[in-house]
Amino acid sequence: MLSVNHLSKTYAAGDKALDDVTFTIPSGQVVGLIGPSGAGKSTLIRCINRLVEPTSGSIQLGDTTITGLSTSELRAVRRRIGMIFQEYALVERLTVMENVLSGRLGYVSFWRSFFRKFPAEDVQKAFALLARVGLTDHANKRADALSGGQRQRVGIARALEQDPQLLLIDEPTASLDPKTSRQVMRLLLEMCNERGLPAIINIHDVVLARQFTERIIGLQAGKIVFDGPPSELDESVLTRIYGEEDWKTLEHDSEAA
Amino acid sequence: MMTTPVWQHRTSRANIVLWVGWLFLVALFVFCWQVMTKDTIWAFVADAPEQAADLGSRMFPPRWSYLDKLWVPLWDTMNIATLGTLLGVIIAVPIAFLAASNTTPSTLFVRPVALFIIVASRSINSLIWALLLVSIIGPGLLAGIVAIGLRSIGFVAKLLYEAIEETEKIQIEAVTATGASGAQILNYGIVPQILPAFYGISVFRWDINIRESTILGLVGAGGIGVQLQASLNTLAWPQVTMIFVVILGTVVISEWVSAKVRHAII
Amino acid sequence: MVDKISSFPKTWKRPPVFFESAPLRYSLYALALLWFVLAIGTVDVNWSRVAEGMDRGWRFVKGFLTPDFTSRWKDISAGLIESLTMTLTSTVVGIVLAVPIGIGAARNIAPKAVYYVCRSIIALSRSLQEIIIAILFVAMFGFGPFAGFLTLSFATIGFMSKLLAEDIEDIDESQTEAIRATGSSWLQLINYAVQPQVMPRLIGLSLYRLDINFRESAVIGIVGAGGIGATLNTAIDRYEFDSAGAILLIIIFIVMITEYSSGYVRRWVQ
Ligand SMILES: Nc1ncnc2c1ncn2[C@@H]1O[C@H](COP(=O)(O)OP(=O)(O)OP(=O)(O)O)[C@@H](O)[C@H]1O
Ligand SMILES: [Mg+2]
Repeated sequence: MLSVNHLSKTYAAGDKALDDVTFTIPSGQVVGLIGPSGAGKSTLIRCINRLVEPTSGSIQLGDTTITGLSTSELRAVRRRIGMIFQEYALVERLTVMENVLSGRLGYVSFWRSFFRKFPAEDVQKAFALLARVGLTDHANKRADALSGGQRQRVGIARALEQDPQLLLIDEPTASLDPKTSRQVMRLLLEMCNERGLPAIINIHDVVLARQFTERIIGLQAGKIVFDGPPSELDESVLTRIYGEEDWKTLEHDSEAA
Repeated sequence: MMTTPVWQHRTSRANIVLWVGWLFLVALFVFCWQVMTKDTIWAFVADAPEQAADLGSRMFPPRWSYLDKLWVPLWDTMNIATLGTLLGVIIAVPIAFLAASNTTPSTLFVRPVALFIIVASRSINSLIWALLLVSIIGPGLLAGIVAIGLRSIGFVAKLLYEAIEETEKIQIEAVTATGASGAQILNYGIVPQILPAFYGISVFRWDINIRESTILGLVGAGGIGVQLQASLNTLAWPQVTMIFVVILGTVVISEWVSAKVRHAII
Repeated sequence: MVDKISSFPKTWKRPPVFFESAPLRYSLYALALLWFVLAIGTVDVNWSRVAEGMDRGWRFVKGFLTPDFTSRWKDISAGLIESLTMTLTSTVVGIVLAVPIGIGAARNIAPKAVYYVCRSIIALSRSLQEIIIAILFVAMFGFGPFAGFLTLSFATIGFMSKLLAEDIEDIDESQTEAIRATGSSWLQLINYAVQPQVMPRLIGLSLYRLDINFRESAVIGIVGAGGIGATLNTAIDRYEFDSAGAILLIIIFIVMITEYSSGYVRRWVQ
């Protein structure tokens, strides 16, 4: 379970990216985070594993308070949180397998990781995950030799290799075509459901968000302006989040999809 | 040259500054020229074509038989360059990480020190390092190797720290997000990104070092330059030519090898 | 999970990055090791001389940290003036000569015959090192900064015209085409299409070369071509490490200044 209390973030430049954000995610729930560009979605996600240092407020994962941990404690909690990025963020010049195994870095000693001698269970898990995302044959390829959809699946495998208790997913489909986007979203959902894994998916595509998540949080200028099931996400709510626009066409898309 | 229409988009004030700048450069040039040549004996300069012809006639043909005596110095030269490069690279790597703004432990104290080491090493030519080292530890290969190493530190560290600063942040963040330690982030997030640059820089420096190590012998730091110095002292010009030919051949070959290797890496 | 996890391999080895064939790889390692042992073996070091030198080395470090600018200031300033004037004049002359040669060595705008002549000049200038050129020029023109000036000018020609030629070969063809289509002369082509595209980088490279020439000017004095190198050579020969330290610090300081200001000018030009 994740709970975020009164979280605020002001960047050094003075941008108030998050303003008193509070919500709770019970285990197994997949939440879609939507909002216009610059609303603070990425900032929120990055505050949770403290890639971005929050200015005030607290974050709790299970019974660990993430805000205020020392560096070594922070490492221990980061390995419990898997993260998936928009630009895949694979280490391009490492092999696919090394990228997946890097999910175990928080668990193994430096020398083990340096010589790529990971424990047998870790290697087996990595192979199993690669099989699950359909990339068994690509294990020894370099990450930059893969297509976008394949890279994102490696990113998913890396995050799950961590055995996470929470997934943070920042625009997983923004760099992918519509078909691959749906495949990747479906895969993510299946993975979360198989493991009862809670997740925050930060997503631009309202149609995808509606289709794949069970709860939606709308962010606007750093504040939560909507928090409810996708069915309540009507025209007036969309206008509140994104501003005036002809939302009818969107409804249409959604039915077509 | 600067009055082309392309430059007219500058304001007239900028134009004036430009003209004053060029005028200043010309004046500076004339001034420097006069200071520099105030002790030049122009008779010697006028005499130069004759001297050149004379030198030419004495230099040719090269003394081919001297080649036999050059193999060992050549081997030494290659070793000075290669071992020196190794030494330089080994020291340069940690300095580069201390100098790169995204990996340095402290921007206030450590980074300036690392940057000073880099600029000091780069400012001083390997021949000067060799001069110093010969005077300190005595003539021989060791002085040459250390001189090449000291000069290489700045070159390699500068290019490497620039490569480190250009690494993609998101790849490093992704490794950080798995809970990796500092050393693991270095190993998985940063090193793979800079490895090609690292190999390229090292081979490039090795190529330059081959060139530089051919002349270190002039000040007694070993290699083929020792023979060059001896031949110059005895005015044995045909031998000097022979040495030039060997140096030229070595340089061309090393340049070719380095270009091939760098091409294969990138 | 599709399969049971225990059915997957327990180990994984990263495929080798270079030389996939293992025998080839190992023989290359062995060869490298053999070379290393042999090379170290031929470096015969006179350890007692080195030990003796530690004391001098320490004096050098002290001299570097507490430099003595005053006792040899006359020699230092004379050498410095020679170096600086030599640097500036040779850079200017070198660049002025490098521009036509660089244009001539650009395949896309020069006629074939001119191209080969210019490329040979570049090859000649680049394959000979400054020190070797300096030796020859000193033999021809006598000792002093004039030989040094010629050396650095010659080296500048090779360096600048090669880079300039590469720049011109890389320029945007569509712009040259557009100007050509207006029926302009060759000179107009250079003036309108080539110059604006390569000018900023040319200025940047010139400043870079100025920096290199200064550093080289500190070296060629060793073979008699004038400049601060001769002063430095004398100081080191006399074991006056505090004066040597002062000279080195001045060199480092000037290089830092040129580097800093050239970065500034380059930003201003672009
Ligand atoms: N590293 C940073 N330094 C300073 N300001 C930042 C930084 N990152 C983000 N911001 C600012 O914080 C605000 C929120 O940015 P954030 O990236 O969280 O938005 P987002 O909702 O993810 O947008 P997008 O949909 O475009 O990804 C923006 O105003 C942005 O300019
Ligand atoms: Mg974002």
